[in-house]
Amino acid sequence: MSKAINHINSTVVPLNLENVDTDQIIPARFLKATSREGFGENLFRDWRFENNDPAQPKKDFVLNNPIYAGKILVAAKNFGCGSSREHAAWAIKDYGFDVVVSSFFADIFKNNALNNFLVPVTVSEDFLQKIFTAVEKDPKTELAVSVEDQTIRILATGEQESFDINHYKKDCLLNGFDDIDYLLNMRDEITSYEKTRS
Amino acid sequence: MSKKTLFDKIWDTHVVKQIQDGPSVLYIDRHFIHEVTSPQAFKGLENRGLPVFRPGQVVATADHNVPTLHQELPIKEELSRLQVQTLKDNCAKFGIELYGLGHQYQGIVHVIGPELGVTQPGCTYVCGDSHTSTHGAFGSIAFGIGTSEVEMVLATQCLLQSKPKLMRISVDGQLGKGVTSKDIVLYILSQISASGATGYAVEFAGSAIRALSMEARMTICNMSIEMGARCGMIAPDETTFSYVKGRKFAPQGDDWDKKLAAWKQLFSDDDAVFDKEYNFKAEDIEPMITYGTNPGMGIGVTGHVPQLSEIDPRDKAAFEKSIHYMGLQAGENILGHPVDYVFIGSCTNSRIEDLRQVAAFVKGKQKAPSVTCWVVPGSKQVEAQAREEGIDKILEAAGFQLRQPGCSACLGMNEDKIPAGKYCISTSNRNFEGRQGPNARTMLASPLMAAAAAVTGKVCDVRELV
Repeated sequence: MSKAINHINSTVVPLNLENVDTDQIIPARFLKATSREGFGENLFRDWRFENNDPAQPKKDFVLNNPIYAGKILVAAKNFGCGSSREHAAWAIKDYGFDVVVSSFFADIFKNNALNNFLVPVTVSEDFLQKIFTAVEKDPKTELAVSVEDQTIRILATGEQESFDINHYKKDCLLNGFDDIDYLLNMRDEITSYEKTRS
Repeated sequence: MSKKTLFDKIWDTHVVKQIQDGPSVLYIDRHFIHEVTSPQAFKGLENRGLPVFRPGQVVATADHNVPTLHQELPIKEELSRLQVQTLKDNCAKFGIELYGLGHQYQGIVHVIGPELGVTQPGCTYVCGDSHTSTHGAFGSIAFGIGTSEVEMVLATQCLLQSKPKLMRISVDGQLGKGVTSKDIVLYILSQISASGATGYAVEFAGSAIRALSMEARMTICNMSIEMGARCGMIAPDETTFSYVKGRKFAPQGDDWDKKLAAWKQLFSDDDAVFDKEYNFKAEDIEPMITYGTNPGMGIGVTGHVPQLSEIDPRDKAAFEKSIHYMGLQAGENILGHPVDYVFIGSCTNSRIEDLRQVAAFVKGKQKAPSVTCWVVPGSKQVEAQAREEGIDKILEAAGFQLRQPGCSACLGMNEDKIPAGKYCISTSNRNFEGRQGPNARTMLASPLMAAAAAVTGKVCDVRELV
């Protein structure tokens, strides 16, 4: 299956919290696995469950609220700060999200997300508030994200903003290309570079 | 003319290729790996049938997921044992030097790199760990990466990276008694916030930084990631050169002279321009402690938890959630708050100078009966040095437990967890919810502040005790 990703139209899960760190996204005790699969079940583990028990969902946590669902997670500023664990991006993607929207992302998380075809969409603080307001008013609010056009739109109101992504990375997302493929093709150049430095 | 920053000088010599309207292909001199963020990367290589491109430039250790008691015995927990074994198997298979459990050089990856002389000025370092920024203290570019990127570096010794913006944070003046480099970095964090340097590479400068030892500088660069910085760095000087000289992997003889001459060129030119600059005065810095759930939520120890009226209305919900988690009230004084655990360790503060400071303070004193005190050295070499200097005896006499090297209670991945609801003064780097164990309450501070809390059983102003 191609990993390529372009247009995502979906309802959203609003997580109106700042500084969501990767320890919250996936606590360290779940990092003992040696594969990339299955982290979604422990996404936001300690915010989601009482007493570390999946049989006791916390009613006030958004992932446990049946009103909200969708492929787009919307969070307040500085999302993904802290530990470099890529398991955080794996967990979000594995849970079923394709897009995370915030007013800004921690650098390492952003790279990890892109490497997993989880699109980090950076919007202005104003636009972020517009999304939260729209979703609060109507939980069925849909967003339309286009990687190709670099736009994010609130379907009901038509309000729209464009987001940044460099040309190279956009090409990767649209075509399902990994950075490693690019780098592997450069091994001769890398070897020549090494010779210039010794 | 040149007008280059320290960052520019190192970055420019490591760019193999600049992709148009895209990132740079950046060459990585040394790659540190550990058991937690590498298995999936090795699996990726296997799936592609690839070797490790430059195995001699990779250094491995087991630190995150190892017990800190009875390291000579098989690891009890099955998943942890399997993960540590997987690292061992992968290193053997791909020809990578491993300083694993039982090895005289084993330890926290950001402690062993510098102490072995692997970390040197002017180089690029990565590791699947955000605190890789530590190595920037030597005047290098060092940053944490995810596992997909670990795979890329294993496969090609390169990464695709966009050049960050540049920030300089200067701290001038003289630190007061009982104030250390940990206080400097917690103070900066409290001023610029946990996201104040996101998107930037930060150079720390100024007379207060210059006056610090290498180990103290590492503490500051280590926590640059807590400001969101891509990396933190300090221009190398005589302090740096004399630290590196003579270490196991340091250059020798003519090579040393050649390297040293090059290292002496590593500084930001006088007219170099930064995208952002901050200036702080060392005299304004008190011993610091955090009250909240991100490292930017710190105050001077004589201060109080902010009043609601002092909080930006937009941040109110996050602030209230945070102090509720911590069991604190807005406006509350932090001095005198009871403490249950003291953790002295982590890649931030587990080096020999940290242990010496703690030992010098607690010598002849006793920990408070209600406090559990763990001291976890950063490496086998730190542990051996501590024993040689009699630090182990001093700590044991004071009721502290000296454990074996690893990341331990910094992230509670092994069994070293702080119980729910308990307060821990920790010399580590993160006070996130649940970081030290589900519902554990972390207060970040310097080793001296932690030692003082251990002895008195509460948050106290170490300046009154030294």
